[in-house]
Amino acid sequence: MPQVKTVLRGVRPYGEDPVDIVVAAGVIAEIAAAGSAAGRVIEASGLIALPGFVDIHTHLREPGREDAETVETGSRAAALGGFTAVFAMANTSPVADTAGVVEQVWHLGKATGLVDVFPVGAVTVGLGGEQLAELGAMATSAAQVRMFSDDGKCVHDAAIMRRALEYVKAFDGVIAQHAQEPRLTVDAQMNEGVLSGQLGLTGWPGVAEESIIARDVLLAEHVDSRLHVCHVSTAGSVEVIKWAKSRGIKVTAEVTPHHLLLTEDLVASYDPVYKVNPPLRTSADVTALRAALAAGTIDAIATDHAPHPHEDKDCEWAAAAFGMLGLQTAFSIAVLTMINSGLLDWRALADRMSVRPARIGRAHGHGHELKVGAPANICVVDPGASWVVEPATFASKSRNSPYSGMTLPGKVIHVLKAGKPTVEGGDLAC
Amino acid sequence: MDSARSVVLDAGDIGRAIRRIAHEVVERNKGAADLVLLGIPTRGVFLARRIAAAIESIEGDAVAVGAIDVTLYRDDLRLRPARALEPTAIPTGGIDDKVVVLIDDVLFSGRTVRSALDALNDIGRPRAVQLAALVDRGHRELPIRADYVGKNLPTALAEQVRVRLIEFDDFDEVTIDGGAR
Amino acid sequence: MRHLLSAGDLDVDSACLILDTAAQLASVTDRTVKKFPTLRGRTVVNLFFEDSTRTRISFEIAAKRLSADVINFAAKGSSVSKGESLKDTALTLEAVGADAVVIRHGSSGAPHRLATAGWIQGSVINAGDGTHEHPTQALLDAFTIRHHLRDGTGDLAGVRVAIVGDILHSRVARSNVLLLRTLGAYVTVVAPPTLLPYGVSQWPCAVSYDLDEVLPHVDAVMMLRVQSERMHAAYFPSVNEYSRRYGLDVRRMGLLPPHAIVLHPGPMNRGMEISADVADGERAVMVEQVANGVSIRMAVLYLLLGGMADDGKKEI
Repeated sequence: MPQVKTVLRGVRPYGEDPVDIVVAAGVIAEIAAAGSAAGRVIEASGLIALPGFVDIHTHLREPGREDAETVETGSRAAALGGFTAVFAMANTSPVADTAGVVEQVWHLGKATGLVDVFPVGAVTVGLGGEQLAELGAMATSAAQVRMFSDDGKCVHDAAIMRRALEYVKAFDGVIAQHAQEPRLTVDAQMNEGVLSGQLGLTGWPGVAEESIIARDVLLAEHVDSRLHVCHVSTAGSVEVIKWAKSRGIKVTAEVTPHHLLLTEDLVASYDPVYKVNPPLRTSADVTALRAALAAGTIDAIATDHAPHPHEDKDCEWAAAAFGMLGLQTAFSIAVLTMINSGLLDWRALADRMSVRPARIGRAHGHGHELKVGAPANICVVDPGASWVVEPATFASKSRNSPYSGMTLPGKVIHVLKAGKPTVEGGDLAC
Repeated sequence: MDSARSVVLDAGDIGRAIRRIAHEVVERNKGAADLVLLGIPTRGVFLARRIAAAIESIEGDAVAVGAIDVTLYRDDLRLRPARALEPTAIPTGGIDDKVVVLIDDVLFSGRTVRSALDALNDIGRPRAVQLAALVDRGHRELPIRADYVGKNLPTALAEQVRVRLIEFDDFDEVTIDGGAR
Repeated sequence: MRHLLSAGDLDVDSACLILDTAAQLASVTDRTVKKFPTLRGRTVVNLFFEDSTRTRISFEIAAKRLSADVINFAAKGSSVSKGESLKDTALTLEAVGADAVVIRHGSSGAPHRLATAGWIQGSVINAGDGTHEHPTQALLDAFTIRHHLRDGTGDLAGVRVAIVGDILHSRVARSNVLLLRTLGAYVTVVAPPTLLPYGVSQWPCAVSYDLDEVLPHVDAVMMLRVQSERMHAAYFPSVNEYSRRYGLDVRRMGLLPPHAIVLHPGPMNRGMEISADVADGERAVMVEQVANGVSIRMAVLYLLLGGMADDGKKEI
């Protein structure tokens, strides 16, 4: 039986000169002159090929909140967003704090098969912040967990954080910290600033994030372990991370698409679609975050995709849940904020959306250079296209997108995962 | 003459009409005791004051005069945006067992007077209520009739009768505007 | 005019229109028949998610004096406490034909949400939301100040007002700072730094930590209720220390100019932010504030509901 070859015809790797990328047996078999290769042709002339995106921060809600999202619907949304791998956070119900739960999520991802789903293990039992979860058992489970996080909650006890950072060194793990000093953010609803005072919403001060990051980078230095900072949201946090990196501390950081674009002003509408944790900050923070992502101080774009059912957002602000959808809009927001502004070129964008996040999460098989022999996890995008965001059409089960009605640039057209098309012509291939 | 405005009462006419009304009020009520003149804002209030002054010059005694805003009693509130209220000023002594003379500038559908009667009802119980208008332009929609009229003025519905008084408009004049005349 | 959500939505003309209308309506209290037929057939719902007998009664009297039908919907003891959402409550009120909803809610922005989420058609009046705003309280305070210091007419240009106490958690303070400034008054907020909101320096008012320094230069002083539970959250060390530094007592009354008046939105903590003899003194206008509250709420209800239905988005 002859081997099936898939040809991405006339595609421009990293926006460079057009070629034919020939994929066979799950890897890039050949990079040939444009129009020369034979096989099952996927027309891609004018389009740009990038390594499949890796999202190290999603909430797929399964098990427990299947009304908001499942591994299957989240995988669909991820594939349509150009991702070939996603990390599923541990704040499910039950919490992913045992080998059993992470294996369940891992199996659900395998069964869907649209993206590789890497479960994130909880750092502490039940996200309680008091007792370390069985990190080693999760690391050696079928899910091979390498990233651990209590995301949604901060590992605020310094001693617990120190032990966690130390413990995961045994299996090359990383602690992904949701940096939020809890006592400084009791009942916090939005960024603390002039606007929070006017709106009468309890403030979430930037220092509550920055102080935890400062503590954690010092702990990471002290125990010589790997720290990852989730959803960095302030200019001050950028300064701390920059300082830590300059000292050689093993810290990495991510920023969400919404923190690269949206600002706290939107909260004045009291529309809970803008309620997110950490909160939307100021335009000065947005500028600093973009610059830090461009400079590499912030390593990755991660969506913090947080689906919520309609009723959890169709209410008054304080009663609403925190979080926004991100998977199906992340690439376009990256184009809008980083490419169109000239801050990143395509190769650098691939670095921030694929190469570095894959490395942080140890997502083997992802984040490779587009070259012969590399796993064929490829995302093909149309940089010139634009589209109107209609959450009702999303593959996600939830609709809580802050971009509803906006016209966004850049569109994901085709995605290959391990050589197989998961998205073709902007639609799911299966 | 086509649709323009025509002056139907000038300052002198208005002055004479007020004096005549004052005389009629005194004659009919056999003096000015127990009289309370209540003008309906805006211009009715100024007319009330003028009539009161005229009565005083006839009778020698001051006449109680005030204002009664009928906005909150109107039957057409839902037809227009909410209107600003005008002052209601009831003279000390009230209206119980008094003869109240309501005074308006133009008597038209009668709905304003109906509102004023309702408003009066909430303030007290006069012995009698009488009505004075500088102009009666007809087209009544309610069974209401003026006791004292400065001038009866047959009009077409499309026409607009405008009363200007020096206290508010810098000169005294009554005109008819618009309509094919 | 459709909703009253924030004192900040009022410009000087609309604010004065409300005050002037209230002034005309205030006369009703002297009459035997304390009622106008104006809102006959209209339904006003008092939707109170927080207990506030004073404010609810004030709105209820105001609506009844305009002949509206009044339905009191107290969230406690109703389906809300069984977990019914604000939305479902709103849809219920819409279904029974509420022309106006007066809402008191513990969550800042809830009235805004009720007005803009498309759940109901009627007017929404903010009767206090979380730590955000309480616009009718600010209006009645302005009305009271105008009555004493400006002969009850016009704006408040040049009037100096100190607002003292828990500015951080006070919706009364927020609405008053906005409205008094719109009316031309100069406001100074006075509090320990822990009870001032972050960014207060950007507010249209002056800020002071020192009450004694401010009192000689104001025409009116508004004392805010300080809840003793704030002490447990370490906003200040003790009730006694707060009272010594920020309470209005007889000695401090002596610092005020002789014409100055004392306001308090109630309910008062006698002995905490205000001493009993000051609260009962002749320059305290709290009883007037309550009476004026009815007139102001009548004015707001009349201006929102007394005309034709307004399908525009304009707010008073």
